[in-house]
Amino acid sequence: MRVPLSWLGELVDLAPGARGAEVAASLVSVGLEEEALHGGDITGPLVVGRVLTFEEQIQKNGKPIRFCTVDVGHHGQRVTDGIPQEIVCGATNFEVGDLVVVVLPGAVLPGGFAISARKTYGRVSNGMICAEDELGLGEDHTGIIVLRDYLGEAAVAGVAPGDDALALLGLGEQVLELNITPDRGYCFSMRGIAREYWHSQGSPAGAFRDPGVVPSNPPANLDGYAVHLTDATPIDGSPGCDRYVARIVRGIDPSAPSPGWMRSRLTQAGMRPISLAVDVTNYVMLLVGQPLHAFDLDTLSGSIKVRRARAGERLTTLDGVDRELSPEDLLITDGGQIPLALAGVMGGATSEVTESTTNVLVEAAHFDPVTIARTSRRHRLVSEASKRFERGVDPRVADDAAQLAVDLLVEFGGGTVDPGVTDVDTTSSRTAYPLDVTLPGRLVGVDYSRDKVVQILTDLGCTVEDPGVAPLEVVFVTPPSWRPDLVDGPDYAEEVARVDGYDRIPSILPTPTDGRGLTHAQLVRRIVANALVGRGYTEVLSYPFVSADFGDILGMTADDPRRSAVRLANPLSDQAPLMRTSVLDTLLDSLRRNISRGQRDVALFELGMVTRPLPGASHTAPVPGVDRRPDDATIASIDAAVPSQPRHAAVVLTGDADRAGWWGAGRAADWTDALDAVRTVAGALAVPVAVSAGDAAPWHPGRCAAITLADGTLVGYAGELHPKVLDRLGLPARTCAAELDIDVLTTASAEPTRLKGFSTQPVALTDVALTLAEDVAAGDLQSVLREAAGEFVEWVTLFDVYRGEQVGADKKSMAFRLAFRAPDRTLTTDEVSGFRDAAVAAAAARFGAVQR
Amino acid sequence: MSGPTTPDAATPGQGADLPAALSEEALAAALEQAQVAFAAAADLEALKAARLAHVDKGAIAGARREIGALPPAAKAEAGKRVGAALDAVRAAYTAREEALQAARDERILVQERVDVTMPTGRRPLGSRHPIELTQERLVDIFVGMGWEVAEGPEVESEWMNFDALNLGKDHPARQMQDTFFVDPPDGGLVLRTQTSPIQIRTMLTREPPIYVVAPGKVFRTDDLDATHTPVFHQIELLAVDKGLTMGHLRGAIDHFVRAMFGDVKTRVRASYFPFTEPSMETDFQCFVCRGADDSCRLCGGSGWIELGGSGMVNRKVLTACGIDPDVYTGFAFGFGIERALQLRNGVSDMRDMVEGDVRFSGQFGMAV
Ligand SMILES: [Zn+2]
Repeated sequence: MRVPLSWLGELVDLAPGARGAEVAASLVSVGLEEEALHGGDITGPLVVGRVLTFEEQIQKNGKPIRFCTVDVGHHGQRVTDGIPQEIVCGATNFEVGDLVVVVLPGAVLPGGFAISARKTYGRVSNGMICAEDELGLGEDHTGIIVLRDYLGEAAVAGVAPGDDALALLGLGEQVLELNITPDRGYCFSMRGIAREYWHSQGSPAGAFRDPGVVPSNPPANLDGYAVHLTDATPIDGSPGCDRYVARIVRGIDPSAPSPGWMRSRLTQAGMRPISLAVDVTNYVMLLVGQPLHAFDLDTLSGSIKVRRARAGERLTTLDGVDRELSPEDLLITDGGQIPLALAGVMGGATSEVTESTTNVLVEAAHFDPVTIARTSRRHRLVSEASKRFERGVDPRVADDAAQLAVDLLVEFGGGTVDPGVTDVDTTSSRTAYPLDVTLPGRLVGVDYSRDKVVQILTDLGCTVEDPGVAPLEVVFVTPPSWRPDLVDGPDYAEEVARVDGYDRIPSILPTPTDGRGLTHAQLVRRIVANALVGRGYTEVLSYPFVSADFGDILGMTADDPRRSAVRLANPLSDQAPLMRTSVLDTLLDSLRRNISRGQRDVALFELGMVTRPLPGASHTAPVPGVDRRPDDATIASIDAAVPSQPRHAAVVLTGDADRAGWWGAGRAADWTDALDAVRTVAGALAVPVAVSAGDAAPWHPGRCAAITLADGTLVGYAGELHPKVLDRLGLPARTCAAELDIDVLTTASAEPTRLKGFSTQPVALTDVALTLAEDVAAGDLQSVLREAAGEFVEWVTLFDVYRGEQVGADKKSMAFRLAFRAPDRTLTTDEVSGFRDAAVAAAAARFGAVQR
Repeated sequence: MSGPTTPDAATPGQGADLPAALSEEALAAALEQAQVAFAAAADLEALKAARLAHVDKGAIAGARREIGALPPAAKAEAGKRVGAALDAVRAAYTAREEALQAARDERILVQERVDVTMPTGRRPLGSRHPIELTQERLVDIFVGMGWEVAEGPEVESEWMNFDALNLGKDHPARQMQDTFFVDPPDGGLVLRTQTSPIQIRTMLTREPPIYVVAPGKVFRTDDLDATHTPVFHQIELLAVDKGLTMGHLRGAIDHFVRAMFGDVKTRVRASYFPFTEPSMETDFQCFVCRGADDSCRLCGGSGWIELGGSGMVNRKVLTACGIDPDVYTGFAFGFGIERALQLRNGVSDMRDMVEGDVRFSGQFGMAV
């Protein structure tokens, strides 16, 4: 909403000397949002000029340049010598004799652009002929402003060269642009803004002049144009239209222009002047917030019927679009048959006021906000009218608004008003709300007196009835017709607080008493992230959107459950319509970006949610009412529809894991680094995990480890990525990765660690080298050795692997060191040998291992 | 060496019977030779050779061997004399050895000197993402005061994300939020547009008093550019208790601002959000210029920075969650984590936060 300061000053007394910034601050203090302050930023001579001559030359760049002489009246710098102002202009949209806008040397345009006489294209230009954008009037820079086109023939009739163009274009004054929140529909009018400004000044008596009260407004009678309101299918019980005022003005001069002040106010408010009838409806809408529609009476057949659209009905709206209507759309129809307008949104082409229209029917109606909102959304059609109706228009101002329009059409169009006044009014009066006067104070934390509460609400236009009987705290408040947003206690509390001033709200730190700190799951995520950072991984936060063929790219089998992904109905890009089912899906993109930016050794991790819908499950969540808590079954069915979203951590690394340097060569990242990351995470959480050969996409089938808990629960996978996947993604060969289900690790680490005792006796070490078949897994062998080594074994570790002629084909030799310790004594050599022999015997029995 | 000290040693005739090698003079001379040789040894190797020549072999060792041939009466005297000479030569040796060892050690330490300015870092440290770090920092401010952290799903039901928050299907504010809908669009699922559904989930499952801070990822259908990102992060406060007022809301916000931006003032004004009534918008004093610089880049010269929206939890929201609005009141406050990062850390381009370039996060290490 754009608010010209001079217009505002007509409706409410501005504080002495208040300029745009002060007025904006006052309005902000009562809860309006300032968007911008326009105008008032041009200084110096900006005048009307008449083009006397021009000489056009084509420049080297192929563009034409006009060397003009312009009559700028007494502002001409050499006018006494009889020499006209010489100005160079790059535009060609004007003719000799046209009136244009000229800025002269010494002036400053918006943005601090100072004008001086300067040489351009070989000649001196004493000023500039202006385009719209240069004056901050709009975005247009296709040509200069030709006043006849810009203001209209009639408006320039009395304009002469040398006249002040600042005033002519309304540039001399400031226009405040405000952002109107959805609850403040009434502030989409000068009336509402003026009222708010008045409140910001303490609502002084007589300082606000309500333009919505029109003394000339006659009572309705039965002689008016026939109007019928019907609604067989109201939305949520609200009829589509509950008030329709129709007035007729005949004999308007179709060539009569709108008055200059009206045109300039419309321009300042961001609307383009069109014709008297249209300008008047827009002007009245800006003034009192009531959208009006003007029909060409001669295109109507005798009666208007407001009804819902029928299936299959169509209407071509004023914007030239032929629209298929929905039975929820509300229509203004001619005699019930021919659609004339989409009620409250946009008029139709057939009944439009044209340049030959002389008889006009003015509509001032009140439409249901939900109906208008839905139609506006359905047809993707947002108009000045729909914006206001969906936020709520004052239902009581319709007749006054119609009268304002009638008066203006009569005054400036020379028309005659019909005595018939149609006002079909089925609105009901608002019921009084029993307000506990202590509520504002209890909610806001400021001690408002009863008188203060009553005074503020009365100033706001509420009717406050004080019964003076028990319960004594209660008064009955009927909100004003323009405030549909005032419904219950807190609404009134906010009104009291904002008018009294939010700056009076104290600052009191609340003191909760039973906080239990971060949950285990929250701590786990911090531990995991920090541990990975310690191992050299950098955290990234990638977008969770993936392409439709991610499963193929990652080489998943057809029945891989991770292929089941949530699809977005309106993705940002058709290239990425799905939600990721693993973090690796999107982490690999981050890796690729780093590589493409010249990084070679990269280690990344991400910890975030993945979305895992059950394959084939219908994810439809019920939408219960909000008048009470939904029952547990309904909440459960909402939760059941929300897909499972476990948190995963993924790491990916490529290049050197240990960097090269003056100390020597680096060590290329390999599958062991991916497993180290897993062991880092599991170790940080003190969760024992088992590693076995795995086979899952997108890993290399021979270099993939499955990570499980002791009970077999799958935690994730780690290893080298599949060469084909790397190839498809354009990632370096041998890139390694791991992905872990952090929720699983969270559960597994939930119980506090119980300390197991450890011995302080001397340790006994013994080594054993075993020859066995190549396909025996080291992990399996180690487990068997450990299990068979008896109760005193402390650890078993593989320290050498040997392959060669000495051990034979398809065989390998593995050397293990075993450490033993008893809790209470030094073990003898014989004892240790016995333990070792038992371990070797078990390995022999299980795997055919032979001790070397 | 001193002369004889015992009465026996003074017995005339006995000394004259000793061989020359055992004479006091001879031993003194041998000792002196040894001392000279030790002193002349330039390193431990040479000292070892000198020891061989003067201790293990040489005159004193020779004298010692001759003792065995002496008559028993002379043995004691001779033994004592040779022993004294040996002690003296060993002491001389040890002194020289210690001196040479000390010199060697010192030389080795000098030789082992390295250039500590050479680069290190076979395995550099990684880094956390500053959004996560900022989120943790914000959370910790409140956890330290007894609040708890609540979380919820990112793919969320429309009821939790909109309806329960007093954003019915036809609410104008619901149209302003550019929502990602899960297919099919009428399935009632969206990517949450705000962290507020966490408030709903908390109130549905907990009894007041509730004091929770709810951080998380949220989604809007904006294209990525310098100032917009379709995926971003919010943090919200929710308190529901008996007797809470806008004063408590303001107190919580003031504390938050001080913890994040230092000791700066705040100002509040009325605003509108469907899920709160009354609603409030807070600005805080520019912590760079405190209003003293008309050309301040952070605040644009106004001296104030917009913080975020808040308000008292709408009665309708409490009701939808089964909390009696006549018994309890509550407040809620929301803030963008990216915005905190922009303000505190000078991150001006949103794209840096989402692209995952290691040179971005790397600047923050594990602290923000
Ligand atoms: Zn500043």
